[in-house]
Amino acid sequence: MQRLFSFIIRYNFTFLFLLLEVLAFVFIVQNNYQRATFLNASNGFTGSILHTYSNISEYFSLKKTNVLLAEENMMLRQQLESSYLVTDTNVFHRKDSLFRFLKANIIRNTVNRQKNYITLDKGSRHGIKKDMGVIGSKGVVGTVVEVSKNYSKVMSLLHIQNKINARIKKNRHLGNLEWSGGDYRIGNLTDIPNHVALYRGDTIITSGNSHIFPEGILLGTVHEYSNNSEEKFNTAQINLSVDFNNLHHVYVIVNLMKQELEKVEGKEEE
Amino acid sequence: MSRLLAANILRFLLLVPIQVLVLDNINLGGFVNPYLYVLFILLLPFEISGWALLFFSFLIGLSVDFFSGTMGMNAAASTLMAYTRPYVIRRVGMNKDFDPGTQPSLFVQGFQWFFMYSLILIFIHHLVLFFIEVFRFSGFWSTLQRAVFSTLFTLVLVIILQYLLGRPSKK
Repeated sequence: MQRLFSFIIRYNFTFLFLLLEVLAFVFIVQNNYQRATFLNASNGFTGSILHTYSNISEYFSLKKTNVLLAEENMMLRQQLESSYLVTDTNVFHRKDSLFRFLKANIIRNTVNRQKNYITLDKGSRHGIKKDMGVIGSKGVVGTVVEVSKNYSKVMSLLHIQNKINARIKKNRHLGNLEWSGGDYRIGNLTDIPNHVALYRGDTIITSGNSHIFPEGILLGTVHEYSNNSEEKFNTAQINLSVDFNNLHHVYVIVNLMKQELEKVEGKEEE
Repeated sequence: MSRLLAANILRFLLLVPIQVLVLDNINLGGFVNPYLYVLFILLLPFEISGWALLFFSFLIGLSVDFFSGTMGMNAAASTLMAYTRPYVIRRVGMNKDFDPGTQPSLFVQGFQWFFMYSLILIFIHHLVLFFIEVFRFSGFWSTLQRAVFSTLFTLVLVIILQYLLGRPSKK
Protein backbone atom coordinates (compact mmCIF):
# COMPACT_ATOMS: atom_id res chain seq x y z
CA MET A 1 0.00 0.00 0.00
CA GLN A 2 2.78 2.34 0.95
CA ARG A 3 4.55 1.55 -2.26
CA LEU A 4 1.41 2.36 -4.19
CA PHE A 5 1.22 5.75 -2.51
CA SER A 6 4.85 6.53 -3.17
CA PHE A 7 4.30 5.48 -6.78
CA ILE A 8 1.38 7.87 -7.11
CA ILE A 9 3.31 10.69 -5.47
CA ARG A 10 6.30 10.08 -7.70
CA TYR A 11 4.19 10.29 -10.83
CA ASN A 12 1.71 12.85 -9.50
CA PHE A 13 2.07 14.97 -12.63
CA THR A 14 0.89 12.13 -14.85
CA PHE A 15 -1.81 11.05 -12.44
CA LEU A 16 -3.27 14.53 -12.16
CA PHE A 17 -3.14 14.78 -15.94
CA LEU A 18 -5.06 11.52 -16.35
CA LEU A 19 -7.57 12.56 -13.73
CA LEU A 20 -8.29 15.89 -15.42
CA GLU A 21 -8.53 14.26 -18.85
CA VAL A 22 -11.04 11.74 -17.55
CA LEU A 23 -13.01 14.59 -16.02
CA ALA A 24 -12.96 16.48 -19.33
CA PHE A 25 -14.19 13.44 -21.24
CA VAL A 26 -16.96 12.88 -18.72
CA PHE A 27 -18.08 16.43 -19.50
CA ILE A 28 -17.85 15.79 -23.24
CA VAL A 29 -19.92 12.62 -23.07
CA GLN A 30 -22.47 14.20 -20.77
CA ASN A 31 -22.78 17.17 -23.06
CA ASN A 32 -23.26 14.96 -26.09
CA TYR A 33 -25.88 12.68 -24.65
CA GLN A 34 -27.71 14.76 -22.08
CA ARG A 35 -27.31 18.30 -23.19
CA ALA A 36 -29.62 19.56 -20.50
CA THR A 37 -26.72 19.66 -18.05
CA PHE A 38 -25.02 22.44 -19.91
CA LEU A 39 -28.17 24.30 -20.61
CA ASN A 40 -29.30 24.43 -17.02
CA ALA A 41 -25.91 25.67 -16.01
CA SER A 42 -26.04 28.30 -18.70
CA ASN A 43 -29.36 29.66 -17.57
CA GLY A 44 -28.25 32.32 -15.18
CA PHE A 45 -24.71 33.45 -15.58
CA THR A 46 -23.56 32.71 -19.11
CA GLY A 47 -27.06 33.24 -20.45
CA SER A 48 -27.21 36.82 -19.23
CA ILE A 49 -23.69 37.60 -20.46
CA LEU A 50 -24.40 36.20 -23.92
CA HIS A 51 -27.66 38.09 -23.93
CA THR A 52 -25.97 41.43 -23.23
CA TYR A 53 -23.33 40.71 -25.84
CA SER A 54 -25.86 39.86 -28.53
CA ASN A 55 -27.79 43.03 -27.68
CA ILE A 56 -24.66 45.03 -28.45
CA SER A 57 -23.56 43.12 -31.53
CA GLU A 58 -27.05 43.36 -33.00
CA TYR A 59 -26.60 47.08 -33.56
CA PHE A 60 -23.88 46.48 -36.10
CA SER A 61 -26.15 44.60 -38.44
CA LEU A 62 -29.34 46.60 -37.92
CA LYS A 63 -29.31 47.98 -41.43
CA LYS A 64 -29.00 44.58 -43.06
CA THR A 65 -31.63 43.13 -40.76
CA ASN A 66 -34.02 45.92 -41.67
CA VAL A 67 -33.64 45.20 -45.35
CA LEU A 68 -34.30 41.51 -44.74
CA LEU A 69 -37.42 42.21 -42.73
CA ALA A 70 -38.71 44.67 -45.32
CA GLU A 71 -38.22 42.08 -48.06
CA GLU A 72 -40.07 39.55 -45.99
CA ASN A 73 -42.90 41.99 -45.36
CA MET A 74 -43.17 42.62 -49.07
CA MET A 75 -43.41 38.91 -49.74
CA LEU A 76 -46.06 38.46 -47.08
CA ARG A 77 -48.11 41.38 -48.37
CA GLN A 78 -48.21 39.74 -51.75
CA GLN A 79 -49.80 36.74 -50.13
CA LEU A 80 -52.59 38.76 -48.54
CA GLU A 81 -56.02 38.00 -49.85
CA SER A 82 -56.47 41.59 -50.98
CA SER A 83 -53.49 41.21 -53.29
CA TYR A 84 -55.26 38.61 -55.38
CA LEU A 85 -57.82 39.20 -58.05
CA VAL A 86 -61.00 37.41 -57.07
CA THR A 87 -62.85 36.10 -60.12
CA ASP A 88 -65.02 33.45 -58.59
CA THR A 89 -67.17 34.66 -55.73
CA ASN A 90 -68.88 31.33 -55.21
CA VAL A 91 -65.92 29.61 -53.68
CA PHE A 92 -65.77 30.09 -49.99
CA HIS A 93 -62.53 29.42 -48.14
CA ARG A 94 -62.38 28.85 -44.46
CA LYS A 95 -58.80 28.86 -43.33
CA ASP A 96 -57.65 27.26 -40.13
CA SER A 97 -54.14 27.71 -38.88
CA LEU A 98 -51.87 24.68 -39.03
CA PHE A 99 -48.65 26.33 -37.98
CA ARG A 100 -47.90 29.04 -35.50
CA PHE A 101 -44.67 31.06 -35.44
CA LEU A 102 -42.86 32.26 -32.33
CA LYS A 103 -40.35 35.05 -32.70
CA ALA A 104 -36.96 34.50 -31.03
CA ASN A 105 -33.56 36.16 -30.97
CA ILE A 106 -30.25 34.37 -31.36
CA ILE A 107 -27.89 34.96 -28.48
CA ARG A 108 -25.16 32.61 -29.60
CA ASN A 109 -24.35 31.13 -32.96
CA THR A 110 -21.26 29.55 -34.47
CA VAL A 111 -20.47 28.52 -38.04
CA ASN A 112 -16.87 27.39 -37.69
CA ARG A 113 -17.33 24.10 -35.87
CA GLN A 114 -18.35 20.75 -37.31
CA LYS A 115 -21.31 20.57 -34.97
CA ASN A 116 -22.77 24.03 -34.76
CA TYR A 117 -25.48 24.93 -32.30
CA ILE A 118 -27.53 28.08 -31.88
CA THR A 119 -28.83 29.39 -28.57
CA LEU A 120 -32.17 31.23 -28.56
CA ASP A 121 -33.46 33.59 -25.89
CA LYS A 122 -36.81 31.81 -25.62
CA GLY A 123 -37.55 28.58 -23.78
CA SER A 124 -40.28 26.35 -22.44
CA ARG A 125 -41.80 29.35 -20.67
CA HIS A 126 -42.56 30.80 -24.11
CA GLY A 127 -43.96 27.59 -25.52
CA ILE A 128 -40.91 26.14 -27.20
CA LYS A 129 -40.58 22.38 -27.14
CA LYS A 130 -38.03 19.88 -28.34
CA ASP A 131 -38.08 18.96 -32.07
CA MET A 132 -39.64 22.20 -33.24
CA GLY A 133 -38.32 23.70 -36.47
CA VAL A 134 -36.54 27.05 -36.62
CA ILE A 135 -36.53 29.27 -39.70
CA GLY A 136 -35.17 32.69 -40.55
CA SER A 137 -36.65 35.12 -43.02
CA LYS A 138 -34.56 33.50 -45.77
CA GLY A 139 -35.21 29.85 -44.98
CA VAL A 140 -34.52 26.91 -42.71
CA VAL A 141 -32.14 27.42 -39.79
CA GLY A 142 -32.36 24.23 -37.72
CA THR A 143 -34.23 22.15 -35.17
CA VAL A 144 -34.66 22.64 -31.43
CA VAL A 145 -32.78 19.91 -29.56
CA GLU A 146 -32.90 21.11 -25.98
CA VAL A 147 -35.11 23.45 -24.01
CA SER A 148 -34.70 25.02 -20.59
CA LYS A 149 -37.00 27.47 -18.90
CA ASN A 150 -35.69 30.60 -20.60
CA TYR A 151 -33.40 29.37 -23.36
CA SER A 152 -33.33 26.76 -26.05
CA LYS A 153 -30.57 25.11 -28.01
CA VAL A 154 -30.98 24.60 -31.73
CA MET A 155 -29.07 22.12 -33.85
CA SER A 156 -28.04 24.28 -36.74
CA LEU A 157 -28.36 23.18 -40.34
CA LEU A 158 -24.57 23.39 -40.14
CA HIS A 159 -24.15 20.18 -38.15
CA ILE A 160 -22.50 17.15 -39.70
CA GLN A 161 -25.19 14.81 -38.35
CA ASN A 162 -28.01 16.98 -39.57
CA LYS A 163 -30.41 15.65 -42.20
CA ILE A 164 -33.45 17.50 -43.51
CA ASN A 165 -36.00 16.08 -45.87
CA ALA A 166 -35.92 18.24 -48.99
CA ARG A 167 -37.76 18.57 -52.26
CA ILE A 168 -36.73 19.84 -55.67
CA LYS A 169 -39.31 22.51 -56.29
CA LYS A 170 -39.76 22.17 -60.05
CA ASN A 171 -40.32 18.43 -60.28
CA ARG A 172 -41.20 17.59 -56.68
CA HIS A 173 -38.56 14.87 -56.32
CA LEU A 174 -37.29 14.18 -52.84
CA GLY A 175 -33.77 14.24 -51.40
CA ASN A 176 -31.97 14.93 -48.17
CA LEU A 177 -30.14 18.10 -47.27
CA GLU A 178 -26.95 17.51 -45.32
CA TRP A 179 -23.86 19.47 -44.40
CA SER A 180 -20.40 17.95 -44.66
CA GLY A 181 -18.47 20.53 -42.67
CA GLY A 182 -16.26 23.13 -44.27
CA ASP A 183 -17.88 26.08 -45.96
CA TYR A 184 -20.93 27.38 -44.09
CA ARG A 185 -22.55 28.55 -47.32
CA ILE A 186 -22.59 25.19 -49.07
CA GLY A 187 -24.78 22.18 -48.27
CA ASN A 188 -25.28 18.86 -50.01
CA LEU A 189 -28.48 17.47 -51.45
CA THR A 190 -28.10 13.69 -51.36
CA ASP A 191 -30.19 10.78 -52.63
CA ILE A 192 -31.20 12.40 -55.92
CA PRO A 193 -32.40 9.64 -58.29
CA ASN A 194 -30.17 9.55 -61.38
CA HIS A 195 -33.05 10.10 -63.83
CA VAL A 196 -33.79 13.51 -62.37
CA ALA A 197 -32.41 16.46 -64.30
CA LEU A 198 -31.12 19.23 -62.13
CA TYR A 199 -29.52 22.50 -63.13
CA ARG A 200 -27.68 25.30 -61.45
CA GLY A 201 -30.11 27.68 -59.80
CA ASP A 202 -32.92 25.17 -59.25
CA THR A 203 -34.74 25.80 -56.00
CA ILE A 204 -34.66 23.33 -53.10
CA ILE A 205 -37.42 23.55 -50.50
CA THR A 206 -38.57 21.58 -47.47
CA SER A 207 -40.66 18.57 -48.35
CA GLY A 208 -43.35 18.84 -45.70
CA ASN A 209 -43.00 15.12 -45.02
CA SER A 210 -41.76 15.67 -41.50
CA HIS A 211 -43.93 17.43 -38.97
CA ILE A 212 -41.18 19.88 -38.19
CA PHE A 213 -41.28 22.19 -41.19
CA PRO A 214 -44.26 23.10 -43.38
CA GLU A 215 -43.82 22.41 -47.06
CA GLY A 216 -42.14 24.96 -49.28
CA ILE A 217 -39.72 26.68 -46.95
CA LEU A 218 -36.59 27.66 -48.81
CA LEU A 219 -33.41 25.66 -48.23
CA GLY A 220 -31.23 26.87 -51.07
CA THR A 221 -30.45 26.73 -54.76
CA VAL A 222 -28.37 24.25 -56.71
CA HIS A 223 -24.75 25.33 -56.97
CA GLU A 224 -23.23 22.42 -58.84
CA TYR A 225 -24.56 19.11 -60.03
CA SER A 226 -23.18 16.47 -62.31
CA ASN A 227 -25.40 13.52 -63.08
CA ASN A 228 -23.51 10.26 -62.84
CA SER A 229 -25.80 7.69 -64.44
CA GLU A 230 -23.83 4.76 -63.04
CA GLU A 231 -24.73 5.72 -59.51
CA LYS A 232 -28.27 5.12 -58.48
CA PHE A 233 -28.38 8.25 -56.39
CA ASN A 234 -26.40 11.43 -56.87
CA THR A 235 -25.40 14.38 -54.77
CA ALA A 236 -25.66 18.07 -55.61
CA GLN A 237 -24.00 21.03 -53.99
CA ILE A 238 -26.44 23.58 -52.68
CA ASN A 239 -26.01 27.29 -51.97
CA LEU A 240 -27.75 27.63 -48.62
CA SER A 241 -30.25 30.46 -48.65
CA VAL A 242 -29.66 31.50 -45.04
CA ASP A 243 -26.54 33.49 -44.23
CA PHE A 244 -25.65 31.80 -40.95
CA ASN A 245 -22.89 34.25 -40.25
CA ASN A 246 -25.37 37.10 -40.05
CA LEU A 247 -28.45 35.81 -38.32
CA HIS A 248 -30.26 37.50 -35.46
CA HIS A 249 -34.00 37.03 -35.65
CA VAL A 250 -35.66 33.68 -36.20
CA TYR A 251 -39.07 32.06 -35.92
CA VAL A 252 -39.77 28.84 -34.09
CA ILE A 253 -42.46 26.78 -35.80
CA VAL A 254 -45.21 25.23 -33.73
CA ASN A 255 -47.10 22.52 -35.56
CA LEU A 256 -50.57 22.61 -34.05
CA MET A 257 -51.52 19.24 -35.51
CA LYS A 258 -48.35 17.43 -34.49
CA GLN A 259 -49.86 15.40 -31.68
CA GLU A 260 -52.74 14.27 -33.84
CA LEU A 261 -50.43 13.41 -36.73
CA GLU A 262 -48.10 11.39 -34.54
CA LYS A 263 -51.02 9.62 -32.96
CA VAL A 264 -52.49 8.50 -36.23
CA GLU A 265 -49.09 7.51 -37.64
CA GLY A 266 -48.19 5.61 -34.52
CA LYS A 267 -51.37 3.58 -34.83
CA GLU A 268 -50.63 2.79 -38.43
CA GLU A 269 -47.37 1.15 -37.49
CA GLU A 270 -48.81 -1.11 -34.85
CA MET B 1 6.82 37.50 -8.02
CA SER B 2 3.49 39.08 -7.21
CA ARG B 3 3.71 41.05 -10.44
CA LEU B 4 4.03 37.82 -12.34
CA LEU B 5 1.03 36.39 -10.53
CA ALA B 6 -1.03 39.50 -11.25
CA ALA B 7 -0.03 39.41 -14.90
CA ASN B 8 -1.16 35.80 -15.21
CA ILE B 9 -4.47 36.41 -13.48
CA LEU B 10 -5.08 39.42 -15.72
CA ARG B 11 -4.22 37.34 -18.79
CA PHE B 12 -6.69 34.67 -17.73
CA LEU B 13 -9.46 37.19 -17.15
CA LEU B 14 -8.86 38.91 -20.49
CA LEU B 15 -8.25 35.95 -22.78
CA VAL B 16 -11.46 34.07 -21.95
CA PRO B 17 -13.87 36.86 -22.97
CA ILE B 18 -11.72 37.75 -25.98
CA GLN B 19 -11.83 34.14 -27.09
CA VAL B 20 -15.55 33.65 -26.54
CA LEU B 21 -16.92 36.98 -27.67
CA VAL B 22 -14.53 37.99 -30.46
CA LEU B 23 -12.34 35.19 -31.79
CA ASP B 24 -15.04 32.52 -31.89
CA ASN B 25 -16.80 34.68 -34.45
CA ILE B 26 -13.79 34.88 -36.72
CA ASN B 27 -13.45 32.29 -39.41
CA LEU B 28 -11.30 32.62 -42.47
CA GLY B 29 -12.48 30.68 -45.50
CA GLY B 30 -15.32 29.24 -43.49
CA PHE B 31 -13.29 26.92 -41.30
CA VAL B 32 -10.10 28.45 -39.96
CA ASN B 33 -10.44 30.00 -36.55
CA PRO B 34 -7.92 30.91 -33.85
CA TYR B 35 -7.83 29.76 -30.25
CA LEU B 36 -5.73 32.51 -28.76
CA TYR B 37 -6.54 31.63 -25.13
CA VAL B 38 -3.73 29.02 -25.26
CA LEU B 39 -1.40 32.01 -24.94
CA PHE B 40 -2.15 31.83 -21.21
CA ILE B 41 -0.73 28.30 -21.04
CA LEU B 42 2.26 29.23 -23.20
CA LEU B 43 3.23 32.13 -20.96
CA LEU B 44 2.88 30.49 -17.55
CA PRO B 45 6.19 30.86 -15.63
CA PHE B 46 8.89 28.26 -16.14
CA GLU B 47 9.15 27.13 -12.54
CA ILE B 48 5.41 26.66 -12.04
CA SER B 49 4.70 23.41 -10.23
CA GLY B 50 3.22 20.55 -12.19
CA TRP B 51 -0.16 20.46 -10.51
CA ALA B 52 -0.66 24.23 -10.96
CA LEU B 53 0.26 24.02 -14.64
CA LEU B 54 -2.26 21.24 -15.24
CA PHE B 55 -4.95 22.68 -13.04
CA PHE B 56 -4.93 26.22 -14.45
CA SER B 57 -4.75 24.96 -18.03
CA PHE B 58 -7.73 22.73 -17.33
CA LEU B 59 -9.51 25.68 -15.76
CA ILE B 60 -9.04 28.08 -18.69
CA GLY B 61 -10.12 25.38 -21.14
CA LEU B 62 -13.20 24.70 -19.07
CA SER B 63 -14.01 28.41 -18.83
CA VAL B 64 -13.94 28.73 -22.61
CA ASP B 65 -16.07 25.57 -22.87
CA PHE B 66 -18.57 26.95 -20.45
CA PHE B 67 -19.35 29.92 -22.66
CA SER B 68 -19.03 28.09 -25.97
CA GLY B 69 -21.35 25.25 -25.04
CA THR B 70 -18.67 22.72 -25.93
CA MET B 71 -18.35 21.29 -22.43
CA GLY B 72 -15.02 19.49 -21.92
CA MET B 73 -13.48 19.78 -25.41
CA ASN B 74 -11.22 22.75 -24.78
CA ALA B 75 -10.48 21.48 -21.28
CA ALA B 76 -9.26 18.14 -22.64
CA ALA B 77 -7.07 19.79 -25.29
CA SER B 78 -5.64 22.36 -22.87
CA THR B 79 -4.80 19.75 -20.25
CA LEU B 80 -2.94 17.65 -22.80
CA MET B 81 -1.10 20.73 -23.99
CA ALA B 82 -0.07 21.55 -20.41
CA TYR B 83 1.03 17.96 -19.85
CA THR B 84 3.35 18.06 -22.85
CA ARG B 85 4.71 21.54 -22.07
CA PRO B 86 7.63 20.46 -19.83
CA TYR B 87 8.72 17.88 -22.42
CA VAL B 88 8.52 20.43 -25.22
CA ILE B 89 10.58 22.92 -23.21
CA ARG B 90 13.20 20.23 -22.71
CA ARG B 91 13.13 19.09 -26.35
CA VAL B 92 13.30 22.54 -27.90
CA GLY B 93 16.24 23.16 -25.60
CA MET B 94 16.95 25.87 -23.12
CA ASN B 95 20.34 27.20 -24.09
CA LYS B 96 20.73 28.95 -20.76
CA ASP B 97 19.25 28.49 -17.33
CA PHE B 98 16.25 30.67 -16.74
CA ASP B 99 16.14 33.13 -13.87
CA PRO B 100 13.52 32.39 -11.24
CA GLY B 101 10.31 34.25 -11.84
CA THR B 102 10.54 34.40 -15.61
CA GLN B 103 8.10 33.27 -18.24
CA PRO B 104 8.65 32.16 -21.83
CA SER B 105 9.24 35.24 -23.92
CA LEU B 106 10.19 36.00 -27.48
CA PHE B 107 12.68 38.59 -26.32
CA VAL B 108 14.44 36.59 -23.62
CA GLN B 109 14.70 33.15 -25.23
CA GLY B 110 14.92 34.41 -28.77
CA PHE B 111 12.59 34.23 -31.77
CA GLN B 112 13.58 30.78 -32.94
CA TRP B 113 13.09 29.16 -29.56
CA PHE B 114 9.76 30.85 -28.94
CA PHE B 115 8.53 30.05 -32.44
CA MET B 116 9.25 26.33 -32.18
CA TYR B 117 7.95 26.12 -28.61
CA SER B 118 4.65 27.82 -29.53
CA LEU B 119 4.25 25.99 -32.83
CA ILE B 120 4.54 22.53 -31.29
CA LEU B 121 2.27 23.23 -28.32
CA ILE B 122 -0.40 25.06 -30.31
CA PHE B 123 -0.44 22.29 -32.90
CA ILE B 124 -0.92 19.62 -30.21
CA HIS B 125 -3.78 21.62 -28.73
CA HIS B 126 -5.55 22.31 -32.01
CA LEU B 127 -5.11 18.80 -33.35
CA VAL B 128 -6.70 17.28 -30.25
CA LEU B 129 -9.43 19.88 -30.14
CA PHE B 130 -10.52 19.40 -33.74
CA PHE B 131 -10.47 15.61 -33.54
CA ILE B 132 -12.47 15.59 -30.31
CA GLU B 133 -14.95 17.91 -31.96
CA VAL B 134 -15.74 15.65 -34.90
CA PHE B 135 -15.23 12.52 -32.77
CA ARG B 136 -14.41 10.33 -35.74
CA PHE B 137 -11.51 9.63 -38.07
CA SER B 138 -13.38 9.73 -41.36
CA GLY B 139 -12.53 12.94 -43.11
CA PHE B 140 -9.12 12.72 -41.46
CA TRP B 141 -7.42 15.00 -43.96
CA SER B 142 -9.95 17.78 -43.79
CA THR B 143 -9.75 17.80 -39.99
CA LEU B 144 -5.95 17.80 -40.17
CA GLN B 145 -6.09 20.65 -42.63
CA ARG B 146 -8.32 22.64 -40.30
CA ALA B 147 -5.91 22.02 -37.43
CA VAL B 148 -2.87 23.07 -39.45
CA PHE B 149 -4.34 26.31 -40.76
CA SER B 150 -5.84 27.26 -37.42
CA THR B 151 -2.50 26.56 -35.74
CA LEU B 152 -0.78 28.99 -38.12
CA PHE B 153 -3.46 31.59 -37.49
CA THR B 154 -3.13 31.28 -33.71
CA LEU B 155 0.66 31.30 -33.93
CA VAL B 156 0.68 34.52 -35.93
CA LEU B 157 -1.58 36.16 -33.34
CA VAL B 158 0.61 34.93 -30.47
CA ILE B 159 3.76 36.33 -32.08
CA ILE B 160 2.13 39.65 -32.94
CA LEU B 161 0.96 39.95 -29.33
CA GLN B 162 4.47 39.21 -28.11
CA TYR B 163 5.84 42.07 -30.20
CA LEU B 164 3.10 44.42 -29.05
CA LEU B 165 2.89 43.62 -25.35
CA GLY B 166 5.63 41.17 -24.46
CA ARG B 167 8.65 43.48 -24.41
CA PRO B 168 10.51 43.12 -21.14
CA SER B 169 10.18 46.29 -19.11
CA LYS B 170 13.43 48.08 -18.33
CA LYS B 171 14.56 47.91 -14.78
